Amino acid sequence: MKKECIAMLLAGGQGSRLYALTQKMAKPAVPFGGKYRIIDFPLSNCTNSGIDTVGVLTQYQPLELNDYIGNGQPWDLDRLRGGVHILPPYQTASGSSWYEGTANAIYQNIRFIDRYDPEYIIVLGGDHIYKMDYSRMVDFHKEHSADATIAVLNVTLEEASRFGIMTCDNEGRVVDFTEKPKEPKSTLASMGIYVFTWEKLRKYLIENEKRGTSKDFGKDIIPAMLENNERLFAYAFEGYWKDVGTLYSLWEANMDILESSSVLDLYDPDWKIYSRNMSLPPQYIGPDADIQDSLVCDGCNINGSVKSSIVYSGVTVEKDVVIDHSVIMPGAVIKSGSVVKYAIIGEDSIIEPDVKIGASKEETGNDEKWDIAVIGHGETISSGVSVAPGQMIPVV
Amino acid sequence: MIYNNILGIIFANMHDESVSELTQVRTMGSILFGGRYRLIDFPLSNMSNSGIPEVGVITKSNYQSLLDHIGSGREWDLATKNGGLHLLPPFSHHKSGLYRGRIEALEGVLPYIQNSDAEYVVMCDCDVVTTIDFRQVIREHKKNQADITVVYAKHNFTNTGVGSRASTILEVNEEKRIISATINPDILGEANRSLNMFVIDRKILEKIVSRYAPEGFASFDKQVLQQNKANYKICGYEHKGYYEKIEDIMSYYNANMNLLNPENKQKMFNNSAPIYTKVKDSGPAKYEAGSKVTNSLIADGCIIEGEVSNSILFRGVKVGKGAIVRNCILMQNTSVGEEAELHAVVTDKNVKIGKNKLLTASTKNALFIKKNQKIEDD
Repeated sequence: MKKECIAMLLAGGQGSRLYALTQKMAKPAVPFGGKYRIIDFPLSNCTNSGIDTVGVLTQYQPLELNDYIGNGQPWDLDRLRGGVHILPPYQTASGSSWYEGTANAIYQNIRFIDRYDPEYIIVLGGDHIYKMDYSRMVDFHKEHSADATIAVLNVTLEEASRFGIMTCDNEGRVVDFTEKPKEPKSTLASMGIYVFTWEKLRKYLIENEKRGTSKDFGKDIIPAMLENNERLFAYAFEGYWKDVGTLYSLWEANMDILESSSVLDLYDPDWKIYSRNMSLPPQYIGPDADIQDSLVCDGCNINGSVKSSIVYSGVTVEKDVVIDHSVIMPGAVIKSGSVVKYAIIGEDSIIEPDVKIGASKEETGNDEKWDIAVIGHGETISSGVSVAPGQMIPVV
Repeated sequence: MIYNNILGIIFANMHDESVSELTQVRTMGSILFGGRYRLIDFPLSNMSNSGIPEVGVITKSNYQSLLDHIGSGREWDLATKNGGLHLLPPFSHHKSGLYRGRIEALEGVLPYIQNSDAEYVVMCDCDVVTTIDFRQVIREHKKNQADITVVYAKHNFTNTGVGSRASTILEVNEEKRIISATINPDILGEANRSLNMFVIDRKILEKIVSRYAPEGFASFDKQVLQQNKANYKICGYEHKGYYEKIEDIMSYYNANMNLLNPENKQKMFNNSAPIYTKVKDSGPAKYEAGSKVTNSLIADGCIIEGEVSNSILFRGVKVGKGAIVRNCILMQNTSVGEEAELHAVVTDKNVKIGKNKLLTASTKNALFIKKNQKIEDD
């Protein structure tokens, strides 16, 4: 079953910097943007780019993620030839091993990839929010007869030390690549999206395994390819792209959606973001509701004040509740008299009456240590309790 | 109990003429309802949630939108190998054509029914919106050793609207047997109203269809419930749940509006028996700064900048800045221009209301605007 290009989505990361939100689910399964989960973005990008074969590599807390992806139907990935495949680590005659690094995860699935005999593979992460036509990147890769193409974004110099940073010549060919440099030489940051000519990558993966290094694309494969003078190109991406690896950046990415639809348009009929649907009735907005500058989803019952917030599916907001600059995840219940500001409330959490959660930075007197407040999934906050800005429940 | 022996039949075009405004471009079953549904979602979901493995949908005309909506039946978990969903259009075999009544419609699909191994057939129209567990009806049907069971509900008829003139009224005795059936009478006060849902033994259904279909206009209520009540054991099953019966455009309007009462909404949408519908992948509903929305049902994909109260907005409706929408039902992709004002208006799909337009009607006599109509800017 020959395919020109298949995608491998690395979804096994723990997402430890999302603390309370990733205790029981892998980062790609974390709800985002009202009715989505993080993984909806790369999966929808695949479908919209015409890539119909996707391997999803899972490892950490896979239950929620496996359940969510199912047979891939919501993304049109339940296909006769190809489709979505969940690829957990497995046992072999010589033993068993976890995925040890990004490159090792792909290495362990060489047989899966070979079944499709692809010319190219695209390697994706499961922790970024963006809309991208991968087919254009593959075209770019072909036009440049590249061995590897790395999607890059221009970042600020301060941010640069958090990313893999590359230097390119006039034609866009990568001449230098450094993972998280202390003194960045450029501001071209790797987005963690790679297109490889499969034959080439396959060789490097096998060689790299023998070396017993960190088995990582950024740390091992890309530098090794550069060393051997392979053709590596940078593909410049323009548009919204956000790493949602920390609680603050996750909150911020949600707020970005409210900014304006030109930032991240969820209503574009030509580039829909698909998600698994929960069959909920339309949202009911009660007589005492006041909703401003917010997104609200199916199945909600809103009868309080909601400002500059994202309210996910099936949430209840009772009368006399104030929600401001917050992210309320699916199924949460906020009871009468509670105030939630600059906070993330996890899935199915219950906020009893008269609870106070979080505050704006101004309210804390512009305290340097100010941060958003976070309530994990399935927590109950008892009546009258106060949760300070920057506090997290449960503490992990 | 094993339910593999039940066949569901849904009549998608029955009662089309009663809501002609909405059925000009679609079947009764594909009329939009409650913000994100079509009427057929209710019987299909009820059958699916009741574990009925095989459902045939009888259509007659205008069924393009219906085909598009139900597809393979996957959304109702009916895209299965064992049974599943079957669309039964007219002219599907030599005896089937444009039927004139329920029995003729059934004759058109008789080979389909005969081919089934089912012991019982559950028949249902699309004019009643409710959540019902057919397993309970079948349990009663068996317990009563009935040949036919008719689902009815108690209703207090008043002289507003259609009243009792679009209902079959049943008299049921203590043993649950139907002792009389009156078709479309003009009565006041409480009575048992048929909900056009039936459980019937398959063999008996086949016999009835073969016997009465040659009479052309044969009506199930007349030929069976009225004339054959001595030959068959016909029992009643009282449905006590919340329901709405759609008999004309105003009862359609009211049925929608009644969902704005949270109690009704909760009864209609029961968590343990969800109503499924086709997924459209629209974004969340967006409330811009300066919007004012109260007591309304809003579907995903709406973008609201103006004021909306006591209204139902289907997916993808846009309400411009300064616009006022009150007591309205705005179907999919309606767009209301800036500063426009709408009172008691029902817009069909893709209607465009220009800027500054004023459309006023009363909640007793709502204004209906046809599909794709554009009312240009002032």
